[in-house]
Amino acid sequence: MDLRLSLSHITKSYNSKVVLNNCSIAFERGRIYCIIGPNGSGKSTLLRISALLEQADKGEVIFHDGDRRLYGSIELRRRITLVFPKGGLFNTTVFNNSAYGLSLRKIDRKDIKKKVEAVLKGVGLFDKMNQNALTLSSGEAQRLALARALALEPDILFLDEPTASLDPGSGIIIENIINNLRKKRHMTIIMATHNLFQVQRLADEAIFLYNGEVVETANVKDFFKNPKDERTLQFINGEIIY
Amino acid sequence: MEIIFAGLQQAIYLILAFDRELYSIIFLSLKVSGSALLLAALIGLPIGSLIGLKRFFGRDFIISLLNTFMGLPPVVVGLVFYLILSRSGPLGFMGLLYTPWAMVIVQTALAMPIVAALSHSSIIGVDDIVRKSAITLGATPAQAALKVIMEARYGIMAAIIAAFGRVTAEVGAILIVGGNIAGYTRVMTTTIALETDKGNFELAISLGIILISIALCINILFHFVQKRGIVK
Ligand SMILES: Nc1ncnc2c1ncn2[C@@H]1O[C@H](COP(=O)(O)OP(=O)(O)OP(=O)(O)O)[C@@H](O)[C@H]1O
Ligand SMILES: [Mg+2]
Repeated sequence: MDLRLSLSHITKSYNSKVVLNNCSIAFERGRIYCIIGPNGSGKSTLLRISALLEQADKGEVIFHDGDRRLYGSIELRRRITLVFPKGGLFNTTVFNNSAYGLSLRKIDRKDIKKKVEAVLKGVGLFDKMNQNALTLSSGEAQRLALARALALEPDILFLDEPTASLDPGSGIIIENIINNLRKKRHMTIIMATHNLFQVQRLADEAIFLYNGEVVETANVKDFFKNPKDERTLQFINGEIIY
Repeated sequence: MEIIFAGLQQAIYLILAFDRELYSIIFLSLKVSGSALLLAALIGLPIGSLIGLKRFFGRDFIISLLNTFMGLPPVVVGLVFYLILSRSGPLGFMGLLYTPWAMVIVQTALAMPIVAALSHSSIIGVDDIVRKSAITLGATPAQAALKVIMEARYGIMAAIIAAFGRVTAEVGAILIVGGNIAGYTRVMTTTIALETDKGNFELAISLGIILISIALCINILFHFVQKRGIVK
């Protein structure tokens, strides 16, 4: 139950263009990490590699449970999950989308129903349970993608811009959900976001990714008050764009 | 003109009177086409799924091959199977030529590439993020593949319906390997072809009407499936 992740010297290229360059980060359990950086800096790629959806060219994605190192087995993969910023919903009802991961885990139908209903209530989609997921608005779709991951109660949750399509009120509801996951379940949350206010509201630690390199990773207060790297300061002042 | 009306009248009579010859032809047609379709789906779907989901050496070649076979003239296919199944051919010892089985085999050969090629294209049409989502929700690679196939289900159903269309409309190939033997290998299309030739229009026209009705049903089904597949 004490799953921890660390990235060691992760390097990744697409078509010989380096997208991640020697990234090392150790994530502690039960904290919220916000990854920020300009468009194309490699945030989504870093999340996909961390969530074992893609392989790095060099370096290691290391999971530990206590002292025991875990490798990329299905058991390990079922303790982590990533929520994509958009897409990936299945052409079936909202309920079936949320139940998919649970049914893979051979959980019995009654419990699935209970869990699904609870998470859908949490994201305000309880009324749309029988609607086809592909007909949801983009904000609803994003909330469903989150709900479907939450139903699995992962130890580590990766979120790629989880509030990008949400209206301000819904954004706050989702932030509260994320906050509670850490507080009540001691879940580790690693998320990419462009909203610096959100980082200040939610994060314990902030990570600044620039051109595929981890420029700075620090406690969120220090990160905004005394950034060590000049580029971090420029970024939070809105002076660095892609 | 008179001939047509007389034929039409006779045809309606034959249909409504449940004429034995007529209905045995219809049933054999449906049996042959149905079996061929089932076999084509059982062979074509795994092939379509495999080339849709996996990247391997020779895959592009198989796709081109299937696309070619999809449009092959049925008479040519019929000829090839005639040579294979005829007494001196490699499978001649099985004695299948001029039996309904020969017709099933040749129609399977015609329908299978359609099922495989069209189900392949609907599977590759599924965004890779669907597979990734299944994986990150805890699917094994095989379970994720199944999910992708499930997402392509309407396209796959359309592929099977298209194959059914080809099979029911087909005449050249089954004529060659089946021989149009009355009461044994006579099916709707071959009867129409030959009875028209002989000037016996009643049977030909009644079968034509039934064939058109079946085609219409297939197309209504086709439309319905496609409409269901398009959400939004
Ligand atoms: N599958 C891929 N093939 C080729 N290039 C890719 C692929 N995935 C990502 N890239 C490239 O890698 C770089 C990093 O992409 P990534 O999506 O990780 O950035 P990001 O930080 O998430 O950006 P954004 O803030 O816009 O979401 C981009 O230049 C992108 O074009
Ligand atoms: Mg991104």
